[in-house]
Amino acid sequence: MTQALIYALTGAVLFMLGVRATLLRDTLLPRLLALNVCGAGVFLVFVSLAYRGDSMPTDPVPHALVLTGLVVAISATALALALNRRLREMTDE
Amino acid sequence: MIDLNLTILPDLLLAAMLIGLAWAALSSDDLRRGVVLFIAFGLLLAIVWARLQAPDLALAEAAIGAGLSGALLLVALRDGVAGNETAGKLSRLSRWLVDLFVLIMTCLIGWVLWLTIYAEPVERLAQLANTMLDRSGVSNPVTAVLLNYRAYDTLLELVVVLTAVLGVVVVGRQRRGYRQAGPVFCGLVQWLVPLLVVTAGYLLWVGAHAPGGAFQAGATLAAAGIVLRLAGYDAAGLPDGRLLRWLLVAGTGLFLLIGLGVTLSGGAVLQYPEAWSGSLILLIESAATASIAAALVLAYRGGRPGDWSSAGDRDPNREVST
Repeated sequence: MTQALIYALTGAVLFMLGVRATLLRDTLLPRLLALNVCGAGVFLVFVSLAYRGDSMPTDPVPHALVLTGLVVAISATALALALNRRLREMTDE
Repeated sequence: MIDLNLTILPDLLLAAMLIGLAWAALSSDDLRRGVVLFIAFGLLLAIVWARLQAPDLALAEAAIGAGLSGALLLVALRDGVAGNETAGKLSRLSRWLVDLFVLIMTCLIGWVLWLTIYAEPVERLAQLANTMLDRSGVSNPVTAVLLNYRAYDTLLELVVVLTAVLGVVVVGRQRRGYRQAGPVFCGLVQWLVPLLVVTAGYLLWVGAHAPGGAFQAGATLAAAGIVLRLAGYDAAGLPDGRLLRWLLVAGTGLFLLIGLGVTLSGGAVLQYPEAWSGSLILLIESAATASIAAALVLAYRGGRPGDWSSAGDRDPNREVST
């Protein structure tokens, strides 16, 4: 259980680090990194709650949710990067 | 309550490195440095997933979280960054308030997690998921959850991927490609691309009974496309025109068709007949792999392919690139 606790607390810290950077940075790309770190924190909390020691089978439901989350996160990142590029083109003109 | 012994030492070390890397990536003023640190963070996270007995996630994180996110972010660095660096300079007081808020929230979330982990064990979905595994058509519990028990989640996820790539296609046209790489890199490509394609096929097939599946396979296939584009092949292995459109909607479309077909033959939506579930899952996963790979490669190319015209297109470069 100690392992689960360590990683769950790490997840909480990562999430709040991401929130802090999202609030304090003012350009798009650092904010995007921050949001991705936020997501990683949430995933870490999910997976550490699914872990129940080396002798017990893990819970597959949070694993599947996190797998879905990873793909959604990269889709959102790709869309945000495309918007960033478009914004740049518009401000350059 | 907490048993302190040497076995948790690597966990403490990994946790400290994760937090340190995240801090360094987020506080770096040099964007390129931040992105590279973020890639390292993703790789470390893959090790943590392996440590927490989540090998499916470790594979996906290494391919998607570290690899493809990193590739997308690095290529986006060339575009420059929107937003004004100095516009949002905060006063010392507001910075201090944000830090206070973050500290309080971290403590609160940590406390709730502590209570959750040391609470009395309750009935979890895990037992149900594992006992019904025989009837799901696959023997990897994560694949069973993704494509059988909670198939609608995965269907909607494919819709999210499709929506995102439609957004990418709508907002701009693709970046200019790279020039043809030298003979050494081209030689590497000749080895690497077939290897990645075979690995993707293996991951897709093995997902039924061991770690792997459509997402990992799709990401590996997309990596092959990115390698091709870096070597100077502008299309990055994707087909042109109509075929590309079909490829992008294949995953969502086939998933929907199978869901509706099952409904028409008397079941609930996406409730596969037991005898067929293994083959149906493999069919859906194959289409999903192709669609995810196509979407990610198109996102890497950065937008609409040159031969797709759009009615409202007023891009001055249009004549040049078509």
